Amino acid sequence: MSDTKTPLLEVRGMSKRFPGVRALHEVSLTLGHGEVLAVLGENGAGKSTLMKILAGVQPADSGELLLDGKAVIINSVQAALDHHVALIHQELNLADNLSVAANIYLGRELLKFGLLDRQAMMAGTRVELKKVGLEVTPGALVSSLSIGQQQLVEIAKALSINAKVLIMDEPTSSLSAQETQRLFTVVNDLRDRGVSIIYISHRLGEVKELADRVTVLRDGENAGDLHRDEIDHDAMVRLMVGRDVSQFYARKQHVPGEVMLQVEDLVTSAHPQHELNFSVRSGEIVGLSGLVGAGRTEMLQVLFGVDVALAGQIRVAGEVTDFSSPRDAIGAGIALVPEDRKAQGLVLGMSVTHNIGLPGLRRHQRPCGFRNGEQEDRDTEEMIRELRVRTPGPGQISQYLSGGNQQKVVIGKWLSLRPRVLLLDEPTRGIDVGARQEIYALMEDLAAKGVAVLFVSSEMEEILGMSDRTLVMHEGRISGELLRDELSEQAVMHLATGGSAA
Amino acid sequence: MKKILGIFGLLVAICVFTSLKSPNFLTAYNIQNLIRWTALFGIISIGVAFVIITGGIDLSIGSVIGLTGSIMPFLLVKHGWSVGPALAAVIGLSVLIGLAHGLLITKLKLQSFVVTLCGLLIYRGLARWGTGDKTMGFGSDYDGLRKLATGKIPVPGVESFTIPMPCLILLILAILAAIFLNKTIWGRYMLALGRNREAALYSGIDTDKMEILAYVICSTCAGIGGLLFALDINSVQPSGHGSFYELYAIAAAVLGGCSLRGGEGSILGVVIGAAVMRVLYNSINILGIPTQLEFAIIGIVILLGVIADELVKRYAAKRAAIVQAKVAESS
Repeated sequence: MSDTKTPLLEVRGMSKRFPGVRALHEVSLTLGHGEVLAVLGENGAGKSTLMKILAGVQPADSGELLLDGKAVIINSVQAALDHHVALIHQELNLADNLSVAANIYLGRELLKFGLLDRQAMMAGTRVELKKVGLEVTPGALVSSLSIGQQQLVEIAKALSINAKVLIMDEPTSSLSAQETQRLFTVVNDLRDRGVSIIYISHRLGEVKELADRVTVLRDGENAGDLHRDEIDHDAMVRLMVGRDVSQFYARKQHVPGEVMLQVEDLVTSAHPQHELNFSVRSGEIVGLSGLVGAGRTEMLQVLFGVDVALAGQIRVAGEVTDFSSPRDAIGAGIALVPEDRKAQGLVLGMSVTHNIGLPGLRRHQRPCGFRNGEQEDRDTEEMIRELRVRTPGPGQISQYLSGGNQQKVVIGKWLSLRPRVLLLDEPTRGIDVGARQEIYALMEDLAAKGVAVLFVSSEMEEILGMSDRTLVMHEGRISGELLRDELSEQAVMHLATGGSAA
Repeated sequence: MKKILGIFGLLVAICVFTSLKSPNFLTAYNIQNLIRWTALFGIISIGVAFVIITGGIDLSIGSVIGLTGSIMPFLLVKHGWSVGPALAAVIGLSVLIGLAHGLLITKLKLQSFVVTLCGLLIYRGLARWGTGDKTMGFGSDYDGLRKLATGKIPVPGVESFTIPMPCLILLILAILAAIFLNKTIWGRYMLALGRNREAALYSGIDTDKMEILAYVICSTCAGIGGLLFALDINSVQPSGHGSFYELYAIAAAVLGGCSLRGGEGSILGVVIGAAVMRVLYNSINILGIPTQLEFAIIGIVILLGVIADELVKRYAAKRAAIVQAKVAESS
């Protein structure tokens, strides 16, 4: 909270394009000495791109970066570290087969006579761990630590290079309530020592508690700043969404129909100690919230037949199903838009047509397994038109499409099969605002046509905006259910971090 | 298609170069031999292409050739089996080998390299042990059967030139394979899962079944190839018959446009790839290049081919990205 004249870090007019996407446009940002700056923005607003540029992971197309008033060029991760700028990724970057000490000194090991100086590194690690209040031995394997502890190891690692700027990308997305509190203590402590922190989060409650100042990005541009006394939930949302929230999440009231998906006493191999029970009605949009690692994705994978259930039943439109593969699930009318679009959603090297056609090949096949190419072309053309996929043509290799258009292709794969249950796992991750709104409209449209929609999201505003009803998971069990009028960030976080239903 | 043009250009270039340098290249005898050997290698190359398309590899082909090539004369000559059952046994064995590979690779999740490397050792050992490691032939009683490999189909109106029978077999197999790969849903499944197995699984494809099928096709083609090679030379050494042929087959498939990363390949390309391998080999002999250099030259040509292919691919990727950027801007 110092008021030193020159800021520690200043970004001026930074721009970055990817093929088909303007990720950042003339973005500016300042970070004072010992300041906690929260950078906010919805999926696709450009936060991650900006942070990657600051940490030297990606180069910017244009723009200036000043440290202590002097222009610097950061063109590699090493250069960033040399300038004492460290990024802690949301997915931690530790070698979990190595010890804590080995991780902290990775790439700059201390040597003695040309050999590793284990003792010196252990001693140094002890000092760093103390700074973050982590009580584990330096020789402990990283794999034996909890996620929260691993995160503290990452912070200790950053401190060990004398980081002056620490960028934290959604640090609490997989932490329990307790671990979150501990992290806050560490962050406050670091601030008091003069370390400046850029804090990225989707949880506005946290931002309010921690941040000295807020910078909001929208569509790759600066949307506005908020000072300490201006930070409140509504102000942040207004800047992030930039339009009337109720319009952005285009929800209409409709009466849900019959129960379409019924899950009874379902036991997954990821969390075999819990039984899951819930249902989704035709025409209903149900949000599934929880921390990263709460078992949401694992549950969807069982519902889609990727993993086999250990026990319990899945009913679709009242009929008991028995899945052993996605093929069975698709046959029963279930479709999944998976979390990792590039790994599971698309065959990136194949064309739009071949991707959209893939799940329907068997249904439309001609005698002797011959492919029905005309049907494939018709379906693809219909989907490109209906979903407004921006592509030079149906033959374009899907790799070259922007994230939002790729996601539309994934959705297009399923729409032509007319699913009864649509599962979506983080459907708007890495997607620009325009395409997001189209995907929300599409979800709404499908629900209106009677599809039962169940979507996983880590983005609070999305859960609040889109759900008719919200299920919250915590450590593998469904810790609560919130109806529309009970829904709030506080209520969701309470359940997500292990609190019981009120 | 561009890829095939490239490899076809290479084939033509080698042929033109060699025929200009030596009068012995463009003789009816030499061409017939070239076609026969190209056909034999083409058959096993088509097989391995399917495995490579699904992102796997089969190193056991040479040993499967050795096994079927030794067992066939062994059953016929030594044990007096009649041709039908012996053929069925040998082909059936090849199918079973492919099935075993496929099951180990998909159900036990072993790596294809390891499984088929073990296969390479096992089948060679079995061939030598089972036949007493003795050189075997079909004698003169099976000339009818041998026509499958040595037969000549006359070309109407041309007296000095005949088409070798294996060429006809290759043609039939290649057409079937091309239809399978390009026109059926299973061919598309293999291309898809070769590029991204997970996405294919999430699209409702029975990826295990498709992968197993690829190994069965590969071993069956190798079995058929082994049989034809044996019938052709009529003298099978269980210890050496087919040795290293897997490498020729893999090289032909790669030259023909299959990527070892999976998901890519065309049957026509593979056949042309096999032809390049044979013509190259033939040219080295005809031109009097020291045979010690044979492997080095073949290696260099394949390497250059793969490098050129990679460069073309990068250029195409850049073009596609530019086109996409224009679309994004205009919308």
